[in-house]
Amino acid sequence: MGATYGLVAAVFLASVVEAVEALTIVMAMGVTRGWKSAWAGTAAAAAALAVFTVAAGYALATWLPQAALQLTVGALLLVFGLQWLRKAVLRGAGLKPHHDEESAFAEQTSAALGAVRTTRFGLDWFAFTVSLKGVFLEGVEIVFIVITFGTSAHDVPVAAGTAAAAAVCVAVAGFFAHRPLSRVPENTLKYGVGLLLAGFGTYWAVAGLGVFAPGGQSLAWLGHDWAIPVLIAAWFAVSRLLIRIAPTVAGPRPYPTAPDRIDRGAP
Amino acid sequence: MNVPTLAKGFARFWYAFVIGDDWKIAASVVAVLVVGTVALLAGAVPGGVLAALLALLLMAGFAGVLLIDVRHRGNS
Repeated sequence: MGATYGLVAAVFLASVVEAVEALTIVMAMGVTRGWKSAWAGTAAAAAALAVFTVAAGYALATWLPQAALQLTVGALLLVFGLQWLRKAVLRGAGLKPHHDEESAFAEQTSAALGAVRTTRFGLDWFAFTVSLKGVFLEGVEIVFIVITFGTSAHDVPVAAGTAAAAAVCVAVAGFFAHRPLSRVPENTLKYGVGLLLAGFGTYWAVAGLGVFAPGGQSLAWLGHDWAIPVLIAAWFAVSRLLIRIAPTVAGPRPYPTAPDRIDRGAP
Repeated sequence: MNVPTLAKGFARFWYAFVIGDDWKIAASVVAVLVVGTVALLAGAVPGGVLAALLALLLMAGFAGVLLIDVRHRGNS
């Protein structure tokens, strides 16, 4: 039960964050180049993501035994979550700029205004491809979380439904706001998602080591599922400590930060 | 676009996606899991205690790697 609540919370928060970023791209294309092409690109990306989720989720759940599945997705989730946590710590310590949807929107809008108009299949090709790529790349992160959480908690449909609900919430909010959702506390949400991914990733990756033991049963944690909130709290404590000491370790020289849009490999 | 270029782009995308900006984080996770596997096979520590110790190692590894990165960039 605890895993299901964690699943819903992590997938919803991560999906909101990624959907807000995707919305900024689609909105910039819609406002400057036309909504028809922007929505067509979004729909094409959503269809591709749905196929990808079903195929990858089925393959993982069918081919891997329980402990091997936990080890694989746990390790991936942990590495992925620690990337989010790393950026959150650097932002919290003032060593990396905060992500800002208004400046991302301005950047996208300016690129769209300068691009040449090419029409294919009745669509503005620039707006279509930028929307498709933007939604797909942000969506892949959601799919990754949906599949890893869903398969580990044996609840891919709940994970996929939660992600879809989050995307719909953001789309509706964007529709009424008519502007990027810059008031969504994205950096705080990313920090929270990083903690959840790191906590669950630690739990599953370590449990999955049981695949190497005689019998191949998952390694049991003390307290079983109750270890998950303890792990999340422990990651939170570690991150707060790092936020406090990182500026001292960095020294008096300013940290050479790149613009956030460029430095956005994953979160 | 030819196949090697596509394959290289595909690999680069997944590397950036999973490993990200600091490969040392992924390396520290793998190292702790290898240590955990060895300890599990040796049977020296009970499973529940081993799990807790590995969690502490993962946290220590992350903290160490992050501080190395911060110090390195601060000095560069």
